[in-house]
Amino acid sequence: MSETVATVRGVPKKIKELDRAVIRFAGDSGDGMQLTGEQFTTESAVAGNDISTLPNFPAEIRAPAGTLFGVSSFQLQFGSQRVYTPGDRLDCLVAMNPAALKVHLRDLKPGGLLIVNTAAYDKRNLDKAGYPANPLDDPALGERYRLHKVDMSALTHEAIKDLPLNTKEKDRTKNFFALGLVSWIYTRSLEPTLDWINKKFSKRQDISAANVRVLKAGHAFGETAEIFGEHYTVEAADMPPGLYRAMTGNRALAWGLLAAAQRSTLPVVYGAYPITPASSVLEELAMHKRFRIRTIQAEDEIAAISSVIGAAFGGAIGVTGSSGPGIALKGEAIGLAVTAELPIVIFDIQRGGPSTGLPTKTEQADLMQALYGRNSESPVVVIAPATPGDCFYIAYEAVRLATKYMVPVFVLSDGFLANGSEPWLIPDVNTLPPIDVQFRTEPEGFFPYLRDPATLSRPWVRPGAPGLEHRIGGLEKQDVTGSISYDPENHDHMVRMRAEKVRRVAQEIPPTSINGPATGDLLVVGWGGTYGAITAAVERAQADGKSVAQIHLRHLNPLPPDLGHILREYRKILVPEINSGQLVRVLRAEYLVDAVGYNKVRGLPLPSEEIYESINQLLEST
Amino acid sequence: MTPPSPGAAEAPRKLTKKDFESDQDVRWCPGCGDYAILSAVQKTMPDLGLPKENIVFISGIGCSSRFPYYMNTYGFHTIHGRAPAIATGLKVARPDLKVFVVTGDGDGLSIGGNHMLHVLRRNVDVTILLFNNRIYGLTKGQYSPTSEFGKVTKSTPMGSADRPVNPLSFALGCGATFVGRTVDRDVRHMEEMLKRAAAHKGTGFLEILQNCNVYNDLAWNVMYEKETKIHHELRLEHGKPLLFGPADDRKAVIMKGVQPTVVKASAAPESALWIHDEKSVNAAKLLADLFFPDYPVPVGTLLDIEAPVYEHTMLDQEQRAISDRGPGDIAKLLTSGDTWKIE
Ligand code: SF4
Repeated sequence: MSETVATVRGVPKKIKELDRAVIRFAGDSGDGMQLTGEQFTTESAVAGNDISTLPNFPAEIRAPAGTLFGVSSFQLQFGSQRVYTPGDRLDCLVAMNPAALKVHLRDLKPGGLLIVNTAAYDKRNLDKAGYPANPLDDPALGERYRLHKVDMSALTHEAIKDLPLNTKEKDRTKNFFALGLVSWIYTRSLEPTLDWINKKFSKRQDISAANVRVLKAGHAFGETAEIFGEHYTVEAADMPPGLYRAMTGNRALAWGLLAAAQRSTLPVVYGAYPITPASSVLEELAMHKRFRIRTIQAEDEIAAISSVIGAAFGGAIGVTGSSGPGIALKGEAIGLAVTAELPIVIFDIQRGGPSTGLPTKTEQADLMQALYGRNSESPVVVIAPATPGDCFYIAYEAVRLATKYMVPVFVLSDGFLANGSEPWLIPDVNTLPPIDVQFRTEPEGFFPYLRDPATLSRPWVRPGAPGLEHRIGGLEKQDVTGSISYDPENHDHMVRMRAEKVRRVAQEIPPTSINGPATGDLLVVGWGGTYGAITAAVERAQADGKSVAQIHLRHLNPLPPDLGHILREYRKILVPEINSGQLVRVLRAEYLVDAVGYNKVRGLPLPSEEIYESINQLLEST
Repeated sequence: MTPPSPGAAEAPRKLTKKDFESDQDVRWCPGCGDYAILSAVQKTMPDLGLPKENIVFISGIGCSSRFPYYMNTYGFHTIHGRAPAIATGLKVARPDLKVFVVTGDGDGLSIGGNHMLHVLRRNVDVTILLFNNRIYGLTKGQYSPTSEFGKVTKSTPMGSADRPVNPLSFALGCGATFVGRTVDRDVRHMEEMLKRAAAHKGTGFLEILQNCNVYNDLAWNVMYEKETKIHHELRLEHGKPLLFGPADDRKAVIMKGVQPTVVKASAAPESALWIHDEKSVNAAKLLADLFFPDYPVPVGTLLDIEAPVYEHTMLDQEQRAISDRGPGDIAKLLTSGDTWKIE
């Protein structure tokens, strides 16, 4: 950490250089914390930092003000080195009201920066948060943390007192005060936010002007107020060169489909029923009709998947998206796509369950549902993105595999990936593998269930092709001819055929990349949104000199062909998951290895710290 | 829009009924009303003037849903109740296709009731043939959502406690734009109605009173027997008064206040006659509720109106988006908005 002295308006204030910082903005649902966090993220991205974010908001749309369950927060970690997670412990907490303090203070590091809006710490809010006395009056708080009590509400009103807005409108701008102040603390440029305000409120000049003034007031407050003796800088990270943008998981899923539509030259029909946290995929796609994306907001989850099966029958790319409860409703229809051997893609943005569970929180507990959650033997391909940006490639890959193998493909994302964002290196779309769909048009020798020798896929025929009229359906059919068949041997054959077809997808899986030694004491195996947390933990253990390696599975069915071999190269295997042990069960069953789980199901990402500890524990155990 | 299929461009020879018969053995019970419907559908297909490769039959589950296997067109036998949703997706992907949904009272109004509601309100351009036999046939004889109150079946030994749904009233309540009814035993009328329903732009909903001779024989007996039929069948014709019954006992349905009422035709002054108007939604709703024994049973077209077609609206939006801003370009999209360079 180096220290320099900057002269700001003649007042010298120390600038400390940090490798990374973890900040959380927390307040009432109505305090605009998501927006504040997103804007701070953009400022940090423009500063060239690597970033990982964690938005966290209540399931209630307008939770009662001041309550503990109404607290909304946005956390991010930004750094001058690779940032794998939104961070476990906070360097800085902004608590806009007592409820936010109560919920989040435990995550702040001792000695961390604690910034509070004193105006919100009145009797009513203290009561609602369950504080018998004002915690800000307790000297212990200031001893334990670097506490900054700022009357943001008064300072906000003061900054815009001459503007023709009502009190409520004025009060609503105070999150920009907090943003301005924290931007000063971490020497972020305000430009990206000023641009954003200009664009966003171009039709409301009065609000635009107020936000700008309050933002600058917050920034100036940091500069001039006596209480902030120093501020910080986090240098640009050493990231691969290129053009970057911020990417959230759900947008990446949607854009991956757009890329697939363009490359395949086929229309995409996306059928979905609104459900948290998947709805934003539907909303994003609905904006891009120019890509021949046709979105159906269906009457229910079953209609959503049924419509995309109909679309696939018609020769379009059929995609549906939902979360766990909706996927449960789609099970029967997925079975139809399995037996009709039609290419569809199913996005499952996992959330806490069972039942309605924790709609806005993350979980990884739908792996078994994706693998087995249907009647009878209905194998499907299952793949999972590792990061928000990876969702782009996974969505594209899902379409490629589905159309190449004529098989349903499941994509297991989760609430953390869906809403979280990262700086994303924009790819050259020409480097994506082709999606080369050949519809059968030749009637000579045609049968609906003829098999391609390499992929075992059956021909895809667009209705309208003369001479190829045929019927398919949910009844068991004879292989090749497709005629209804109740023959016992044929059924056994078809069960194996459908399984083998899915197994053949293994030939598409690249060699598994191993982060660490190719053989050693411990292998950590992960999948999905825990990638960042596991990577940070493994690299920390490696830095300690431990013999630890990591692999992260993007293909969960079929599993990578080299996986069995890799697993046997390590003495121990640890599988961290946000479920009660699903992948670990698969690995034990498939490979007869003594893999051990690390499982916490709190609706939150796994803290890297805990994975690190469990690595050490497992290494120490005999 | 999807390009027209190559077959559409050729000057096709006039197809015949035979062209639409598939090689599959028909597996309905002997004497089932489905046979007559199948034959009528196959016979009317050539009159659509479409290449058969542009025709798709979609069904759910039930006796009626075996239908696609017997049609030498494209066909998809799907899952219980979901045919309207599958057809909706197909039409969104392929507005150029002529799509039929074949369903029954259980498939279409019980397990698939929700999808039926929404396909009708969206006015997707599909023709729905609902075979109403008032019983579950394929599962061997349980009461259906159109079975009469008190119906004794295997699952209701003391009579069903459910009140039945009226398919026509249901369809009209959902905002259907074409609603008709025909009877499996009246082949000529059935063919005429099939053509009309199929010609409709938007959802054509045709209820076909069908006999399940195994589990619910003669459920529509009043419409079958010559002697009763003449007393109970009300043939709807656009612009014609609602008159029924034999020549020596002609009756009229007229409105008394807000109540349809049956009177002797001779007693009704010309000004009081109810002239059938296929364009009137309100009149259609009143007609749909008329039923035996208090009223005659209307057959024919209750309603035939125009409304925006779901997939056309969607495709228009797509075309507009493309003509306003050009086709989508993923490389451009990826670099749009806030980006930054790292050297
Ligand atoms: S059970 Fe009834 S409806 Fe089904 S095929 Fe037999 S007669 Fe027809």
